[in-house]
Amino acid sequence: MRRRPTTTLLAASVLGALALTACTPGSTTGSSPSEQPSGDVNTDPASMGEVTLTVWDQEVRGGQAAQIEQLNKEFQEKYPNITIERVTRSFDDLKTTLGLALSGNDAPDVFQANNGRPDMGKFVQAGQLLPLDRYAEAYAWGERYPESVRKYSSYSEDGTTFGTGNLYGLPQVGEVVGIFANTALLEDAGVDEVPATWADFEASLETVKSAGELPLVLGNLDKWPAIHVFGTVQAQTTPADQIRTLGFGQPGGSWTTPENTEAAQTLVDWVDQGYLSKDVNGLGYDPAWQDFTKGEGAYLIAGTWLQADLASAMGDDVTFVLPPPAQGTPVATGGTGIPWAVSSKTEHPDAAAAYIDFITNADAMTVLAENENLPVADTAAQKAPNALGQDVFTAFGTAVEDDALVPYLDYATPTMADTLGAALQDLLAKKATPEQFLETVQKDYGDFVAQNG
Amino acid sequence: MTDTTTAVPHRVSSPGRPRHRSGPPGEPRNVGWLYALPALLVYAAFLLYPLGRAVQISLYDWNGNTLATWVGLDNYVEVVRDPALRASFGHALVLIGFYAVLPLAVGLVLAAILGRARVRGLGFFRTVVFLPQVVAMVVIAVAWRRMYSPDGGVNDLLRALGLGGLTRGWLGDYTAALPAVGLIGTWFEIGLVTVLLLAGMGKIPGELYEACRLDGAGPVREFFTVTLPALRGEIAVALTLTVIAALRTFDLVYVTTRGGPGTSTSVPSYEVYNRAFQQGRVGSAAAIAVVLTVIIFAISFGITRIAERDR
Repeated sequence: MRRRPTTTLLAASVLGALALTACTPGSTTGSSPSEQPSGDVNTDPASMGEVTLTVWDQEVRGGQAAQIEQLNKEFQEKYPNITIERVTRSFDDLKTTLGLALSGNDAPDVFQANNGRPDMGKFVQAGQLLPLDRYAEAYAWGERYPESVRKYSSYSEDGTTFGTGNLYGLPQVGEVVGIFANTALLEDAGVDEVPATWADFEASLETVKSAGELPLVLGNLDKWPAIHVFGTVQAQTTPADQIRTLGFGQPGGSWTTPENTEAAQTLVDWVDQGYLSKDVNGLGYDPAWQDFTKGEGAYLIAGTWLQADLASAMGDDVTFVLPPPAQGTPVATGGTGIPWAVSSKTEHPDAAAAYIDFITNADAMTVLAENENLPVADTAAQKAPNALGQDVFTAFGTAVEDDALVPYLDYATPTMADTLGAALQDLLAKKATPEQFLETVQKDYGDFVAQNG
Repeated sequence: MTDTTTAVPHRVSSPGRPRHRSGPPGEPRNVGWLYALPALLVYAAFLLYPLGRAVQISLYDWNGNTLATWVGLDNYVEVVRDPALRASFGHALVLIGFYAVLPLAVGLVLAAILGRARVRGLGFFRTVVFLPQVVAMVVIAVAWRRMYSPDGGVNDLLRALGLGGLTRGWLGDYTAALPAVGLIGTWFEIGLVTVLLLAGMGKIPGELYEACRLDGAGPVREFFTVTLPALRGEIAVALTLTVIAALRTFDLVYVTTRGGPGTSTSVPSYEVYNRAFQQGRVGSAAAIAVVLTVIIFAISFGITRIAERDR
């Protein structure tokens, strides 16, 4: 027993020595911003010789899986010299493993990296992504992908500024948060047309409520769904430029403005008026939209990713519109699906870029549309699989054309998803006033901007 | 055979060598380390090294991909200073009540009943009580999340009992969420505790009960004078296991509430995951993990010390 202190001390000192002497975390990975390679690029995959590309993606569900399997097959048939080694992960698994994989020596050549700062931004900072600007030029991506879409995968070379700079990825699909409306229920309640202005929309909430129906379905147990509802309201009260500054986490913005206060107050009013689902923080996201398909509620503010599920459950009783504008043209929260990026360590950058071009070119957009996805480019030219799909295509096409997209608010800082999610739960439960809510969010944004420089 | 031939000359020659100063008889010799070496190497490679790395990383500001910057004890200062983080440790302590204390109380009663009962199908009841332990925690969490939902089983039951006024979205209610999550833990741990205690009871000699009964004790008295003291060891084991489970709760919170509403159910393990994998604050995550490890170590050490003290 007398020996014990010595052993403990020994173990502690070994641990301590290890902790102090081992090399700095991250020092083994290339940490300088990768330089823009120069020289001509090869855009003819057939001439690239025998190449194997490792591709990590998260296109594992329904129409997503169908489109990528079809495109991969077509690519292999057309270019038999390039072998695609596909690794599939769920969204969450890809997010948690990609960082480590990119730090290792055996990084995948092509992969899907989420747009935000904790993912793509961090990889750019670490010099692990290949800037794609040369390829954008060679393949004329800029002509089909408007700037409003490209900026969602653009960062400055040091990774600190989001929304401008080099292009680091290209998405296949678009996303926009709008309003799904149960037209049958609306008609029964006395709302004959889906409102075209924000004032009419708010008035229709009252009409539906007085008809004894639930106006707006929201399940916020998972914390993030309210971010999209708040974003939609904020897009009507706050100028789009200000929202972009806040959403991309760029310096110079402020959350504590009268406009944002009005947005927060609107949400609180909706709770007070009983416009939102009861027990909003206790209802899960999936049960909420499933309730909507069963006719419990007139509106659902949600993203276009629910298109296929809602269409198959509700048929012609559901439509999708961009949030009706308070003034002028609509503004909506939206962006892109997860962009496809290339590792800076890849030995075959030309082949990697050719692959990305193949899965995002005009033909690929048709394949995407056929499989019930929302193609990010050439949207208006596509034929949708059903009526709701057509509404969604039109809405997204309009949004891109009118430059109406504002970024997801949780892009702003690495911690914003948590901060905003928790703060909105507080706001909806009236644990925080609109002012306190905005101060919480402002602190997260302000601290980050100050530190990020 | 080779063993004996090599071992014998060694043993013969060792007293002859003056530099092998023999300690008191029975004192382990240094050669013992050699025997332990293979196991020690494995232990060091898979446990001590990662632990040391975690301690090291906790002294840096690191997002997991770029070069880390040295920040000394800043991450630990944050653990102490940040009210939300402090609260998450508080929530873990509340969960101890639900994971350890409550199951122990219920488990003792259940075990006492099951231990005394001479009913047919005792094995069946034992299995039923133990069943939650067999099911994966994620499955349990998904099932309970449904039951706690606004139109889920718990509210249906309340309405059927005429207690409709109590219904709510349990996991979204600021006061009810943490107890709601905790009760899932209680439900989960009762089986383990009961089966452990039942096994312990089986080892108590029947004469003790007989003597007790001869002195005129009833079942309650019997329980407190014979059963409870005899179960000291099992109770310590049960408490250690359940307290550790409470402090490192992750999957339950991850699936049911993600720390919400607000931050009212966030726990240290969830913060570790969130910071390391979602927010890219690996240094801070490592610091929380190290603090949590120290707390778990201290508490389980305390429990075993108390249980062993007056044996």
